[in-house]
Amino acid sequence: MAKSITQEFVKGLWEEVPPFRLVLGLCPVLGVTTKMQFGIGMGLATTFVLVFANILVSLLRKVIPAKVRIACFIIIIATFVTLVELLMQAYAYRLFLDLGLFIPLIVVNCIVLGRAEAFAFKNGLLPSIADGLGIGIGFTLSLAALGGLREILGAGTLTVWGAPLFEGPLFNIANYFPGFQPFEFMVQAPGAFVCLGIMLCFMNMVGNK
Amino acid sequence: MGDYIVLIISCIFVNNILLAQFLGNCPFFGTSKKMETAVGMAMAVIFVLVMAGAITWMIYNYLLVPLELTYLRTIAFILVIASLVQFVEMFLKKSIPALYAGLGIFLPLITTNCAVFGACVINIDKEYSFLQALVASFSYAAGFGLALILFAGLRERILLARVPSPLQDTSIALVTAGIVSLSFYAFKGMV
Repeated sequence: MAKSITQEFVKGLWEEVPPFRLVLGLCPVLGVTTKMQFGIGMGLATTFVLVFANILVSLLRKVIPAKVRIACFIIIIATFVTLVELLMQAYAYRLFLDLGLFIPLIVVNCIVLGRAEAFAFKNGLLPSIADGLGIGIGFTLSLAALGGLREILGAGTLTVWGAPLFEGPLFNIANYFPGFQPFEFMVQAPGAFVCLGIMLCFMNMVGNK
Repeated sequence: MGDYIVLIISCIFVNNILLAQFLGNCPFFGTSKKMETAVGMAMAVIFVLVMAGAITWMIYNYLLVPLELTYLRTIAFILVIASLVQFVEMFLKKSIPALYAGLGIFLPLITTNCAVFGACVINIDKEYSFLQALVASFSYAAGFGLALILFAGLRERILLARVPSPLQDTSIALVTAGIVSLSFYAFKGMV
């Protein structure tokens, strides 16, 4: 065991933060980040699947035959995705409607399958949980950052949760810069690609120093 | 007939699966570095998506709906797609080796291509008839291929350009994809 459990957890936050370092699972990253809250919701749903799929794969790693492992992983992941779908329909219906197609799509998210294959299948229970949590939280933070950036530039607001407690935007840039004109391009489809590309560029600049 | 033409145009251009709906982006960036791989991937997606679209539609409407098991959609679809890909792979290897050699490594990758899974789910969500689902699946796949091949051409040109070091590789690819997406955006008012 080269790395401690804390290290497995921390690596997901910077060293191997999924959408930037690994460039995997881009579809939800680009698709749901028109508002910060969608990014956070999507990230949390993915984290849930990631952690539980890692746990189950890690527990079953001695039982699953290597030849059919991918099929087994997919069934395990699909089960947890269905669980998330049903839980969200019951407790977070609005968010479920907002994220729409991207919730069932967690099943084909390469990050989840990638972690099962590259990590959980080879490691014990505790490191797998730490790995799942770390990568999941890193993914959530990246989605929140991208969603926040796009929302500030594109709509001039920062919405964190549409629940009654925070009805309406939490922060409005127009209060600070009265002449601010929303840069609508950013919340549209093309803005997603450009914004992620530029964020990746800044991460490279910081990382290479 | 006119309805189908509108459907085809909207699926290929207006709601392009890659650039407007953000599905299948991993293979989009993964296989667009070279023209050859892009063409291979595009062909494999067209081939599998049409078959997957037809089969998942039938499974949903003739099996899951009558048995009231619609909540098992995700599991059922991913299993169908995974086994379909396996089956197509074995079938091609035996009977059309030339095509198999061409599609090669791209076939197994399609299992985790969200464009295939996503298009099947969209077909169900929009309550298409069987024929509509078939046409939509083909058009989505064609739109995927079109965007992928266009983008691969651009990426080959970028190799010749001098790109600032932090922007290199994926970063510049994302910005370029944004510009390609912008050009598809012009179709928005058409349908």
